[in-house]
Amino acid sequence: MQPIIEQTSAGLYCPIGDFYIDPSRPVHRAVITHAHSDHARFGSQNYLSSVEGEHLLRLRVNADAEFMFVKYGEVVNRGGVKISLHPAGHILGSSQIRIEHRGQVTVITGDYKLEPDPTCSPWEPISCHHFITESTFGLPIFRWPSQATVQDSINHWWKTNQEEGRCSVLYGYAIGKSQRLLAGLDPSLGPILTHGAVEKGIQAYRDSGLALAPTRYVDQTLTKDLIPKSLVLAVPSAHGTSWLKRFGKISTAMASGWCMMRGWRRRRSMDQGFLISDHVDWPSLLKAVQLADAEMVWVDHGFSQVVARYLNDNGQPAKSIGRGSREENEDEQNINAILSTEAAS
Amino acid sequence: MIRFANLYKQLDATTKTNQKVAALVDYFSLVDAADAAWATYFLAGNRLSRLIPTRLLRQWAAEAAGIPDWLFEESYHSVGDLAETISLVVPPSQSQSDRSLTDWINTELSPLGQLPPQDQQQRILEIWSKTNTETRFVVMKLMTGGFRVGVSKGLLIRALAKHSGVSPDVIAHRMMGQWEPNRESFEALVNPDETGWEASKPYPFCLANPIPADKNINHLGDSNRYIAEWKWDGIRCQIIRRESQVFLWSRGDMLMENTWPEIEAAAEKIPNGTVLDGEILATNSEGSVLPFDQLQRRIGRKRVGKKLLHEVPVVFHAFDLLELNSEDIRQLPFHSRRERLEVLFERLNDTNLKTTEVVQANQWQDLTEKRSRSRENLAEGLMLKRLDSPYSVGRVQGHWWKWKVAAETIDAVLIYAQKGHGQRANLFTDYTFAVWDGDALVPFAKAYSGLTRQEIQQVDRFVRQNTNDTFGPVRSVTPQLVMEIAFEGIRKSKRHKCGVATRFPRISRWRHDKQPADANTLSDLHRLIESYREPSSDQ
Repeated sequence: MQPIIEQTSAGLYCPIGDFYIDPSRPVHRAVITHAHSDHARFGSQNYLSSVEGEHLLRLRVNADAEFMFVKYGEVVNRGGVKISLHPAGHILGSSQIRIEHRGQVTVITGDYKLEPDPTCSPWEPISCHHFITESTFGLPIFRWPSQATVQDSINHWWKTNQEEGRCSVLYGYAIGKSQRLLAGLDPSLGPILTHGAVEKGIQAYRDSGLALAPTRYVDQTLTKDLIPKSLVLAVPSAHGTSWLKRFGKISTAMASGWCMMRGWRRRRSMDQGFLISDHVDWPSLLKAVQLADAEMVWVDHGFSQVVARYLNDNGQPAKSIGRGSREENEDEQNINAILSTEAAS
Repeated sequence: MIRFANLYKQLDATTKTNQKVAALVDYFSLVDAADAAWATYFLAGNRLSRLIPTRLLRQWAAEAAGIPDWLFEESYHSVGDLAETISLVVPPSQSQSDRSLTDWINTELSPLGQLPPQDQQQRILEIWSKTNTETRFVVMKLMTGGFRVGVSKGLLIRALAKHSGVSPDVIAHRMMGQWEPNRESFEALVNPDETGWEASKPYPFCLANPIPADKNINHLGDSNRYIAEWKWDGIRCQIIRRESQVFLWSRGDMLMENTWPEIEAAAEKIPNGTVLDGEILATNSEGSVLPFDQLQRRIGRKRVGKKLLHEVPVVFHAFDLLELNSEDIRQLPFHSRRERLEVLFERLNDTNLKTTEVVQANQWQDLTEKRSRSRENLAEGLMLKRLDSPYSVGRVQGHWWKWKVAAETIDAVLIYAQKGHGQRANLFTDYTFAVWDGDALVPFAKAYSGLTRQEIQQVDRFVRQNTNDTFGPVRSVTPQLVMEIAFEGIRKSKRHKCGVATRFPRISRWRHDKQPADANTLSDLHRLIESYREPSSDQ
């Protein structure tokens, strides 16, 4: 089987259809899995992405580019190659890219998760010949607990803080994580305040037609009486900054899959870590590979070598295409870097 | 056990000492004395003796998780904690056993050591099947040792004092020594009746504060208010002589038995009702102190053979007298205690018991000059003790000062990196440094500390981007980063490939201004060794 996708210095490329998936530098034609900045980059001439993610993508890239937004499942033809987008369940508008040429099917997952998420369409399995998966959390230590239970414990933490007169500060990435957290919060408990970058993301979600609980952007007009009962949604880069001083006594928490590791949690010196992730954990990753039923699996982004070796040992031909430089922490750093520029703007 | 796991979680979740104390007080008030005793035992840093080799635990965990051994090891290198890795890879159980901590230890854990491996495995699988991830983590921590959760002894004492109403000093005193984790000991620990010590109990040690090597000494005031002694690197020790018995206590609250027979024998000459504070040093017949690595040969042995006794003779160098004629004299000014000490030792006249040599000097200038010659005497610097100070508990500012000479430094190139443990899990924080030997870089020291958090992040990124090769958990990286490595001492060593061993190496700063070619050479290291009075060899 000759792959219809190849690796290039700018990322995954389909030579027959002449397009890149999530290119790392400006190209002629880009297909975008989702609007996180390490996937959706500025500067390309032509972007193909999902309708659900339109508002988020427009936040991210140059306005003068050409855009084509398609519904999930809709087929676009590029030089004899059929491209269609299918929900990845990662964040609003996130897609798996299905590429078909002469009956041969390749699926690029982008970032994805299998758990339900009220803020985006659920992941769906696609059987294919060639499966390209992420592996951010591709180690057997990563196993997400029931997300409903975690959301309950977040609300419980908020309530406890209220009783002890502390404001709750919950950190999550500005796009995706914050909105998912917001959807799980109990708005009857008290006001939900937002950091600028988070509010921008929430607005884009609302513009996309999602109903989210009311939020209050933290600005100069915020009155003190609201604060002790409130929960603040903020970006991780706000931790330890003077921006937090206005909230007085606080309890801080981070929502991330990395909270699984005690060392990671402690390093950030936050009071709490909530295990909420928008990526596949180990069992989900194996399940997704199994459902794809592919002849060949390429493993990207994260613990790619480990996952590829494991799959090979278990009879599933696989190859790591994780670029040496990109590993778990860098993913996080990338996102943090973007968030801090967002916070500044 | 669930309560104890919860306590662990609470302690782990906060960095604020008040919240930690509150969590501890809460726990002590909820559980019975037997559980409280075990909790105190573990939080004070004690551990169960190794029940099952970790090699087997790893193997069984991988089996239970349905993963190959190499994948367990990969996970371990990322998590950086064995107990945590085990608790995470083994699938969580549905049910939870709610037996007490004491029950767990007496019926589940302690008997494990006696069983044949097959039965051990059976029992371990049962334990995993009735614990969730959090409880399992704590149980595995108890089994694998190293129970660290950011609770210092001082903090534990504060919590126990608050819980019981007994004064912290008394708690500290009662906690010293061999403390058995049972109901009776805990009840004795928190007993409101504050009288009556056992004959063996030592006093809490008085500790010295460091004077930064570059700080002007004049801020201490008049030099005549201090006594100066050489600061050696030996084993701090209290000798207790009461009721015709002798007890030697180290600073780690360890009762030392059979390690220093010549000192134990000599101490029998000391009159009853006496407590001495001092330091055990390897000392040759001319009275010169030998390097620490000689002393090290005698530590950790159950029995010291004749040959070793002869090769590494030791002397107790007394520097303080805490109890005389069964009277606690710690509140007397230091000069009075010292006078009594000298009178006592004149009468003793034993070659294994000496008082420390007082470094005579008139002014700071004089002392500074003497201090600069510390290395020639194999000392680390000077100790300064205020003549009018009492013997205080712990590290009280202004009574005792350690005035070390600046550490040696070498510029070296980072060549290998490995992920760290605990709080540094999944970050490359453990580094190997090399110096030049001709055209080759030869590793000479490992250093784990000294960089700021930001710098660690930067090095971590560098390692990920510049890995040339991996050997198991170790990454070999492009030799590019130059760091200044500080260390306390250096000697020849046959065990080290480069032929040199350093003591306490750590990173003192990142030399952004230097290229790898500017790093020091192996011959620079050898020249340093020559500058010490007595180069010793690794025997």
